[in-house]
Parts: sequence; structure tokens; C-alpha cells
Amino acid sequence: MSITRETVEQAARLARLTVAEEDKDRLAGELSAILGFVEQLDAINTDDVDPLTSVVGATARMRKDAVNAGDYPERVLANAPDRVTDFYAVPKVVE
Amino acid sequence: MSELNRLTIADARKGMAEGKFSSVELTQACVDAMQASTDLGAYITPTPDAALEAAAEADKKRASGDDGALLGIPLGIKDLFCTEGVQTTAASRILQGFKPTYESTVTSNLLRDGAVFMGKLNLDEFAMGSSNTTSYYGNVVNPWQSSDKPDMQLVPGGSSGGSASAVAARLCLGATGTDTGGSIRQPAAFCGITGLKPTYGRCSRWGVVAFASSLDQAGPMARSVEDCGIMLGSMAGYDPMDTTSVDTAVLDYTAELGAGVKGLKIGIPREYRVDGMPEEVEKLWMETADQLRDQGAEIVDISLPHTHSALPAYYIVAPAEASSNLARYDGVRYGYRADAPEGLPEFSSLEEMYATTRGEGFGSEVQRRIMIGAYVLSAGFYDAYYNKARRVRTLIARDFTEAFGQVDAILTPTTPSPAFGITEEPSGVEMYMNDVFTVPASMAGIPGISVPVGLSKDGLPLGVQLLGKPFEEVGLLRVAQAVEHAAGFNATPQLMA
Repeated sequence: MSITRETVEQAARLARLTVAEEDKDRLAGELSAILGFVEQLDAINTDDVDPLTSVVGATARMRKDAVNAGDYPERVLANAPDRVTDFYAVPKVVE
Repeated sequence: MSELNRLTIADARKGMAEGKFSSVELTQACVDAMQASTDLGAYITPTPDAALEAAAEADKKRASGDDGALLGIPLGIKDLFCTEGVQTTAASRILQGFKPTYESTVTSNLLRDGAVFMGKLNLDEFAMGSSNTTSYYGNVVNPWQSSDKPDMQLVPGGSSGGSASAVAARLCLGATGTDTGGSIRQPAAFCGITGLKPTYGRCSRWGVVAFASSLDQAGPMARSVEDCGIMLGSMAGYDPMDTTSVDTAVLDYTAELGAGVKGLKIGIPREYRVDGMPEEVEKLWMETADQLRDQGAEIVDISLPHTHSALPAYYIVAPAEASSNLARYDGVRYGYRADAPEGLPEFSSLEEMYATTRGEGFGSEVQRRIMIGAYVLSAGFYDAYYNKARRVRTLIARDFTEAFGQVDAILTPTTPSPAFGITEEPSGVEMYMNDVFTVPASMAGIPGISVPVGLSKDGLPLGVQLLGKPFEEVGLLRVAQAVEHAAGFNATPQLMA
């Protein structure tokens, strides 16, 4: 599988990453190499094999549907790059 | 009181219990060592003052009868564990300045048992790498030097490279690591120390910055098998905050140490002989098998037929999960936020703010993996890539289940080579080959430990890996200690404090 510049742009958009124009060809090559490497899996027959969901066979546990933490906005907001009162603030968006 | 920093955890515990020295003296020795060794780049955020305060507190507790398992023991903490009030970066620019308002479960457990934290250790950015050269905060240097090229700086391995370098250079007595595809075992082997990846689910992942959630597992790195067992006893345990943490009793992981290997069956998987592997790696592996046989173990040839599918499957599963986990870094709630484009007062959209922040905040290896992850999870490809990899994972796990029907433990080399130079670093897929022997156990979730057993022709440490049945770390450590004693590895790195 060879990755094109357009595919790089699409993956970057899905991943919300700004990629510089001059890096796109390099990334196309690098991503192609990785996908080329993983494509050897196609040779393995997995027709009757279920996907592994848990390595230790654990099942999801139930817990009480109850509030067990909260009411500490200062702790929650302590690392916010920007805030207004008890809200995260983001730059004004001009559409 | 010199060289207290060179003690094992077991010996330091004994010395303090007998009143031969205090935790303050021990911790001061580690602070001096840390401050004399900043060239190694092992610590991102050293916390010497807090360490000495904690040591004084530990001495007071001991005086009043407390004897916690790690009381007064100086440890380094990989900077992937959230530590309350102490910067936690994951070695990424995007988390620069982030000071968690909570403590991870694993570090809480260590503090509960009296450990003293020396600071936050460097790693590959978001634990993605095998050389510790992807950190935003600089490379980590391996304290070992090649006799062939003594001036060349070597990588410590990764991603827990700071942990391995600090423990090997005697800057702390032990350190926490995390292992997703080999990130504890490979750097332990490169730096001549012991590193244990427990069974998936043994240690809580709560408060550990997530990379690939179905693979990530915390574990100890130290200078003996016994020390790894002591640390695991503190780190492990059920945690309701992590739904994949397993609700089993906390064990004494040192319980069977010294019991030997007589009558045990040790498997040698034929698929772990790979092309281009240096003869010295194969030789040490076979010598270790011979030593176990001499001690009464039965050596059994086994087959793990899907071994070579593990690495390609890993490079689908890990980036896919990473792309989801790292979606949370958007410049809104914590960490780095990019400035608006030059000359403009604002971003034109919220999405532009996200993408610019992430483009500037993540390094190139992280970006590459996020993009691969986004691609393999995208509409139309999910089944062909992610589900295919998960099916292959079932086959890999089945190989181990069948093997453990015949043997008690499996012996392999940890890495296909000793540490390489920082400037000789292989690129791309070639770099990924470093983890060819460690990734299969990660994919199956089983425990693995790397034990140093000898030196390469250039005087660099080499390790062997022992793999055990799920949740049977007690027996695994017993075999590992038999290997440790037989090998008698006591070489020390050139750059040792």
C-alpha cells in the first residue's frame, strides 16, 4: 500500500494535526513503509479466529451508578491554559 | 557513609532496620549522585528537596515503629506517572508545565509504603520509542561505554530510558517503568539492570499517561530480581479506578526466591533465532539454558509459530489506541496551547487551534503514530487493519497458552543486539525491530523479566528474557533469580556515581 500526499492530508485532518507542506512527501514515504511492514499479516489465515478483546479474560465489572468524586473546580481547572470563572476558555472563533 | 546509593533495595532496607544509616543519609547519597550525573539526562524534573524532606519523615516514622516495605528507599519515577503537584510531561512539549492535582495509583501505593521520590525520569515522548531519543527534554545517555568506541554516546533503550540509566548509574535504588511493547525490558537489557513487566492488569493504570491501553503495564526496574519483587509487592493491587486492574490478592512476590529450578521445565522457542542476530547474543542465551539445566531444570524446545506476526500486529494496535488516547491533548484543558498565527489576533476556527497546538506540541514520532492510528481506524480500513491485528493477537496468545501446557517458563534473548550509538540510530521500521523479542509477550499480556547475564565483545551488557504464565510472577521471579545467580553478573557501567 503506497500512501499519497492526499492520504497524508486526510490522516492529518482526522488526527487534527497541522502538517507543513514540505513534510508531506517525507510522511507519505514513512507511512507507506510502516503500512508495507504490517501488510505481511495478510498472509495469515484468521477466518475462524475471534479478535482478542481482553488478554486476561476479564469481564467488565459493574459499579454503583453514583457520584464518587467532584465539586472541586479549582483542581479540575488548575492546569487550564485559559479560563473564565469556572469554565475553560478557548480563543474567540471568527467564522 | 559513602556509596550508599550503590546498595540494593534489600540491603538498604536491612541497613536502615539495623540502624546503620538513616534514610536522610541514603537519600543524600542519591541526591549527590543525581547532581553529579546531570550529563546523563536521566531526570526531567529532579526533586532533591522534596526527597530529603520525605527521607526525614521516613526516619521519624521508623523511630516510631513503622516498617513499611519501602520506608525511606529512594526511587525514581518515570515521568509518565501523574504525581500530585510535580510536573508530569510524558516527555512531550504538549504537557510542559502540567502539574497533576492527583497522584497515580501506583505512585500512591509506593508512597503508602514509605518510598522517597527523587524526581521524574526522562523517557521517549509518550513512551513511543526504543532509544530515548524522542524526548522533548533531550536524549538520555547510557552510562555504559563500548570498549571499541569509548567516546561514542550510547542509547539507554526506551521508552523507560531515564529509569534504566538512573538505576544503572546508581542515581536511585530502583525506578518505576512502563512497558507497552518492551519499554521496561529492552532498556533494562541495554543498561545491565533487571526490569519486570507484570501481567497486564496486575498494576493499576490509573494516573499513568495512556499510550496503548490494551498493552500498557507499569512495572519495577532495579538492580536485582529480589528488588523487583519487593517493588512489585508495593506497586501491584486491585484498583476500582482501573476497570482492567485484576481483583486478586496482593502476593509476596519474593516468596519463592531461592527455591531453585530443579524439576522445572524451561522452553526455548525456536522462532527467537533471527537472521543477523550476533553470535554473542545466541551464545549467552544458550549458556543460560545450560546453567538452568545444570541446576536441575529440563530444557524443552518449543515453538511459538506466530512470533514474527507480533511486531506487525503491534504496529497496528499500538498506534490505533494511541491515536484515540492522545485525542485529549487539544490545548483546552491542560498543557501547551499554540499562539494564533503571526499577525492575526485569533485562530480562524477552533479546529485550527487544535491542529496547530497538536502540530507544535507533538514530536515527529508521535505524529507519525497518531496518523497511522487515525488511518487504520478510518472508515473502510478498520476491519482490514485493526480487527485483523486483533485476530492475529488471539493467535499469538494461543501460542503461549499451548506452550505453557508443556513448560513452566520460556527463555529468550531480551534484545537482538546490545545498545547502539545515539548517532547510529536505525530509522523507521528497522528501529522497531529492537522490540522483536519483547512485543509477543506484550500482545499476550503475560509477564516478562529481563535479567543481565553478560557482556558483549565490546563490553556492553546483554540480557535474557524470561516469560511466565499470567499472574504467576512469583514463579517467574524464582526462575529469574536462578538465572541471576548462575550468571553472577556484577559488571558496572563506566559512568557510575
